[in-house]
Amino acid sequence: MSTNTDATPYCEDVVKKFVLAATFWGVVGFLAGDFIAWQLAFPALNLDLEWTTFGRLRPVHTSAVIFAFGGNVLMATSLYTVQRTGRASLFGGEAFGSVIFWGFNTLIVAAALSYVLGFSQGQEYAEPEWLLDLWLTVVWVLYLIAFAGTIMKRREPHIYVANWFFFAMILTIAMLHLGNNLVVPSAIFGGSFMKSYNLFGGVQNAMTQWWYGHNAVGFFLTAGFLGIMYYFVPKRAERPVYSYRLSIVHFWALIFLYIWAGPHHLHYTALPDWAQTLGMTFSVMLWMPSWGGMINGLMTLSGAWDKLRTDPVMRFLVSSVAFYGMSTFEGPMMSIKAVNSLSHYTDWTIGHVHSGALGWVAFVSFGALYYLVPKLWGRKEVYSLKLVGLHFWIATIGIVLYITAMWISGIMQGLMWRAYDNLGFLQYSFIETVEAMHPYYVIRALGGVLFVLGSLVMVYNFYKTIKGDVAAEAAQPSTAAAR
Amino acid sequence: MSIFKHHAKLETNVFFLAVGILLSVIVGGLVEVVPLFTIESTIEKVDGVRPYSPLEQKGRDIYVREGCYLCHSQMVRPFKDEVERYGHYSLAAESKYDHPFQWGSKRTGPDLARVGGKYTNDWHVRHLINPRDVVPESVMPGYPHLKRELDYSTIDADMKALRVVGVPYTDEQIANAKKDLVEQATSDDASAAVAGRYPKARMGSADANPKVTELDAMVAYLQVLGTMVDFTTVKPEKIAR
Amino acid sequence: MASMEKDSVSGQYTTGHEWDGIRELNTPLPKWWVYVFWATVIWSIAYWVAMPAWPTINDYSRGVLGYASRNELESDIKAQKQARSKFEAKIAAISVDDVVKDKDLRNFAMTGGKVLFNDNCAPCHGTGGVGAPGAYPNLADDEWIWGGELADLKQTISFGVRNTNENSRQSEMPKFGADGLLTAEQINQVADYVVALSSKGSTAGLPGEAIFAEQCVVCHQDGGVGSKDVGSPALNNNIWLFKGSKEQVKQVVINQVTNPQHGSMPAWSERLDETSIKMLTVYVHSLGGGK
Repeated sequence: MSTNTDATPYCEDVVKKFVLAATFWGVVGFLAGDFIAWQLAFPALNLDLEWTTFGRLRPVHTSAVIFAFGGNVLMATSLYTVQRTGRASLFGGEAFGSVIFWGFNTLIVAAALSYVLGFSQGQEYAEPEWLLDLWLTVVWVLYLIAFAGTIMKRREPHIYVANWFFFAMILTIAMLHLGNNLVVPSAIFGGSFMKSYNLFGGVQNAMTQWWYGHNAVGFFLTAGFLGIMYYFVPKRAERPVYSYRLSIVHFWALIFLYIWAGPHHLHYTALPDWAQTLGMTFSVMLWMPSWGGMINGLMTLSGAWDKLRTDPVMRFLVSSVAFYGMSTFEGPMMSIKAVNSLSHYTDWTIGHVHSGALGWVAFVSFGALYYLVPKLWGRKEVYSLKLVGLHFWIATIGIVLYITAMWISGIMQGLMWRAYDNLGFLQYSFIETVEAMHPYYVIRALGGVLFVLGSLVMVYNFYKTIKGDVAAEAAQPSTAAAR
Repeated sequence: MSIFKHHAKLETNVFFLAVGILLSVIVGGLVEVVPLFTIESTIEKVDGVRPYSPLEQKGRDIYVREGCYLCHSQMVRPFKDEVERYGHYSLAAESKYDHPFQWGSKRTGPDLARVGGKYTNDWHVRHLINPRDVVPESVMPGYPHLKRELDYSTIDADMKALRVVGVPYTDEQIANAKKDLVEQATSDDASAAVAGRYPKARMGSADANPKVTELDAMVAYLQVLGTMVDFTTVKPEKIAR
Repeated sequence: MASMEKDSVSGQYTTGHEWDGIRELNTPLPKWWVYVFWATVIWSIAYWVAMPAWPTINDYSRGVLGYASRNELESDIKAQKQARSKFEAKIAAISVDDVVKDKDLRNFAMTGGKVLFNDNCAPCHGTGGVGAPGAYPNLADDEWIWGGELADLKQTISFGVRNTNENSRQSEMPKFGADGLLTAEQINQVADYVVALSSKGSTAGLPGEAIFAEQCVVCHQDGGVGSKDVGSPALNNNIWLFKGSKEQVKQVVINQVTNPQHGSMPAWSERLDETSIKMLTVYVHSLGGGK
């Protein structure tokens, strides 16, 4: 399709590795998440073993889906995109890419093992101890060099918008990672090599943690995946990006404003009111810059809406943008203090995170992976588009079950905590609110089962695609096959 | 619009783009974090908050290791229902020696900021080993492995590291760390040296095991949570901000 | 480089750049998007003026409304207390016995006491006060270690059992076995006697009777009726605090005489106010049918 015939051999073996790893970690991460979801419904599943308690497995789940699945998807897509959109092969070549791949994926294994064995810094999404943090720092710098180096080698005068987002993600994650992991290891004084204490404590640590935590969402899971959207949506839709100007304005507004939003995780805590105000107002101002991405994603489809009907890969991509729009509306809403006073500490937050994580991040990833696998392995199309459609519907039903269950349980729990009876007494004890959650925890876990099943359908589809099989249905005329 | 033309400079030079990105993302963090260290009212001036005793600190390390913060908050918000349910709202001062902070973000289980003294040691031990023995409706995992002996061989190194990050342990406290730890976990004597160095420390073994166990450490930590500040002596205007 | 072209679908021109076949339209910013964005900015500025917002090095802008979340709480609590004050003031002023006599006050105290019980007491004594077998006493029966009168209950709730509060109820059973006060044989005999007592069987001629009279009666009283004053449980019934469901009664007695377990309870006056304790007393009293 490209108008430029290009002699440069792109480094695609490394992209293949990241694609396979992303698929593998996706399934592992979804399974881990669903297992701990069942634990909340049936606590006997904690098995009374120290390695399998919710507290130790939850970081395994979050790290596996965010950093292992999300990270491998980001590396696969960014290193693919930056080569194609710059008409340059990967800086450092396949060997350098391989170092990054193995460095990153062995780190993930080590981190997961460390949580299970009881090593943790005790800060959400920043659990790995300092030795692993240093390891990640090295890998991340190599990734930055490979990415920026490829941009510098490019043969297009302008850097494509997808790469702005990838680049912002890489730089900002580096800053956040270093800023939030300033620790003093006990080992300096003869203590354990896997124990450290954060340089910041109490309220200052709370602020740096959520400056990090919120922007791990903002840059890793938002900016990075917007980069994916900016390449794969127009590519698959075969339409020009809706608005170049919008992409400029929403890019800079997004990255400038996002950083401020962290304190909305600390509303009504011992964090001073002024910081809470900043967190809330910047979160609200972030609404439109976030939606700029949604507009550019959806409107790129104008003139190609029929593809939603005919191409299930497109359906994944477009639905992801719709979920993105939904969560980036819900987020600013939940950051308003009055709403947050109800939602904070409840499952509503969990539901919100998953409408973003499953609906946006995972769906846009699935779309990109379904696009990449046949391209990378030299097939015309995936083994079966019908199975892609099946995956889409199973996963969508799973998400709907998940987030509605969490909305209900979260709002219900928040209301029960603050309910007063007509004599003026608190109406419910805490344990009654725990009991009331049970049915919703079951529904949520069932939603998770569907999501896992969907991902297994994808694995099968990839296996067959890579093997070279073509399902009988592909003989039927489809837009994808016609290309 | 000319602004879009000027943008070409940023999108044609990876160095300019990098500088632009870094400048954009650095501002918010600086404005929100730095003043927390410099504005005096951020950490309220109240009496009673002290560094954790060695046994409590080991318990805290276990709390972090087990990921308790993923289901329990330690932050009572200033709402009437929370204050009625849990006790006085949490002050920043109360967690000033918490490295890392453990305010939490989810209440699958109840807030623990004021759990100290609420239940007996015996209850905590039973509850940690199997929560459903005492609270049938609980969904908390059992922690029978905390029955094992506590490894406190590095407690003085840990306290030295904590001193570097700002916890004011004295040389005397560090020199006596192991002795204090054992004493707190085994002696019921309220006039023991450890009680002098760490006022309000809960004395005595939590479980039936005469050796120092992880349960002893965990329970000592839980029992001190939220008890250091005597709110009957704190004037509301001193902590308003 | 591709040239700027007009897109036939949207009518917009492309920017003239192309990357791997992707082109961009130069569509202007959607007007509604710009307006809503500025609206959020203006709202934020207004919020900053009204509320504490911008920090300097050693202070922050207070906002014209003078809002502080902690001050807000004080007024909320006042309002809530106001709503309950009609009854609470009366409860505070009179004794628990008088509270129970007044039907309205009793109902109020029962409701408030139940709420307090469920968050504070149920973790040990169970929902409805059914206790935890082998650990914490059942409050829903009519057997009381430290007394079931309203005044007894209030005392126990306020100051607890075997804790560091100076008014705590205290007592300790000697370690007859561990400290060598009785031989294993003697403990066995006294256990047989206690089992007979508890099952209301015949105690005639049991060798443990003399040992019991010498060693145990001082606390557990003649016939093992127990004493509320020292918290020595009655032994002439089949209610056992430390009996696990599967254990034999005799073994429990032997264990207890050899190396006793002692229950303890926090002093709730350290956490709850006097009125709350009175309400709790009324509620707990009602569970056991009330002495």
